[in-house]
Amino acid sequence: MIALLIRDLRLAMRAGGGFGLGLAFFLIVVTLVPFGVGPQTGLLSKIAPGILWLGALLACLLSLDRIFALDWEDGSLDLLATSPLPLEGIVTMKALAHWITTGLPLVIASPLFGVLMSLPQAGYGPLVLSLLLGTPALSVVGTFGAALTVGLKRGGLLMSLLVLPLYVPTLIFGAEVARRGAEGAEIATPLLMLAGISAGVIALLPFASAAVLRVNLR
Amino acid sequence: MNLNALWEYANPLKFMRTTERLLPFFAVATLIFFVGGLIWGFFFTPNDYRQGSTVKIMFIHVPSAMMAINIWVMMLVTSLVWIVRRHHVSALAARAAAPIGAVMTVIALATGAIWGQPMWGTWWAWDPRLTSFLILFLFYLGYMALWAAIENDDTAADLTSVLCLVGSVFAVLSRYAVKFWNQGLHQDSTIMKVGEKDPLDPSYYLPLVVCIAGFVLFFVVLVIIRTNTEIRARRMRALLARERLG
Repeated sequence: MIALLIRDLRLAMRAGGGFGLGLAFFLIVVTLVPFGVGPQTGLLSKIAPGILWLGALLACLLSLDRIFALDWEDGSLDLLATSPLPLEGIVTMKALAHWITTGLPLVIASPLFGVLMSLPQAGYGPLVLSLLLGTPALSVVGTFGAALTVGLKRGGLLMSLLVLPLYVPTLIFGAEVARRGAEGAEIATPLLMLAGISAGVIALLPFASAAVLRVNLR
Repeated sequence: MNLNALWEYANPLKFMRTTERLLPFFAVATLIFFVGGLIWGFFFTPNDYRQGSTVKIMFIHVPSAMMAINIWVMMLVTSLVWIVRRHHVSALAARAAAPIGAVMTVIALATGAIWGQPMWGTWWAWDPRLTSFLILFLFYLGYMALWAAIENDDTAADLTSVLCLVGSVFAVLSRYAVKFWNQGLHQDSTIMKVGEKDPLDPSYYLPLVVCIAGFVLFFVVLVIIRTNTEIRARRMRALLARERLG
């Protein structure tokens, strides 16, 4: 399983832009928002937590189809499925690789984007914490969506339609943590809910992803 | 009654024969309850002393909203039956029910907006109930889009069933997450509280129950027709394929 993880990470790096692409997209979103709503610092700092969370969500969504598509095309997914590893473990490793290449860079770089969005001083800790807890859930849920649509020719748009409603609870609690943090309010309740969603999703959803992947590989 | 006898209807032929024998009765009952309930509700109930005649939107709004949720639950049950026992009728019934559920969601949202404009002064508010209904509509859309996108029937049935299960969990999660996220404008349900201190007046309650029965019957009729159509379409495709081979 570790070997699979290292292989996926290496592929993502060598394919170019595995780490960078999501970040660059995030940067573009953050750059475009002030053009859309105006550069007033007060307004920006008010919407910063929400915009940063939305940006993370979209950056995550855009890279989802890479999780299985390449392995599906060259047949290595069939080989992986017939290997002695349980498919649930493979799916989990795929999600982990996706998180390391997309989620983790976003978490690390988010304070920088917070500066661009003039996030209030108190908001940095909660923002990073909420992204750190929330992005794994985004990756795991996204892996389920990618597994559902892996066999389809143009699955990208359909996958967004399937995955985005599933992101609602994570987004609500994640953005709530970041917003309350920026306003200096108590963050424990939404933070615990967010952690609960992430833990539940990581524990249960790989079984569903593996089940639909088995159907698609039939 | 022996509950195992229910599984006999997993046979498409038996299902079709029985349902088509029952269909006329259901259709007549639908006509009586649906039309009768709406006429009773619209023309023979008093106006509310504050809401005026807009209160009568409830006779469409409440049943369609209940159906929107109940149809998803019905799809959840039939999806489970498909996953566990692999009866094709079950998967087809789930497929047949989805567009009806989506339309019910739209009706509930639209009638709610029409009522909300004069009463709340706004067509739309990001109220927990309204928002979760919008999310439910998105789930319906995704479910139908997935059915439409996959060519192989069994694969489509499998994938949509799993999506329905996962989606149900997330729909419930979203329902409570949304409650946490914003305060409500929508009132709580009154219909379950009948018999308590301040219930719905019988002059509203009775036609409302008739309307709900009408919507349920209407749904049953539509699902029977759509499921049987789908069974016939599949049989035709199988026949055509056999002819091409032979």
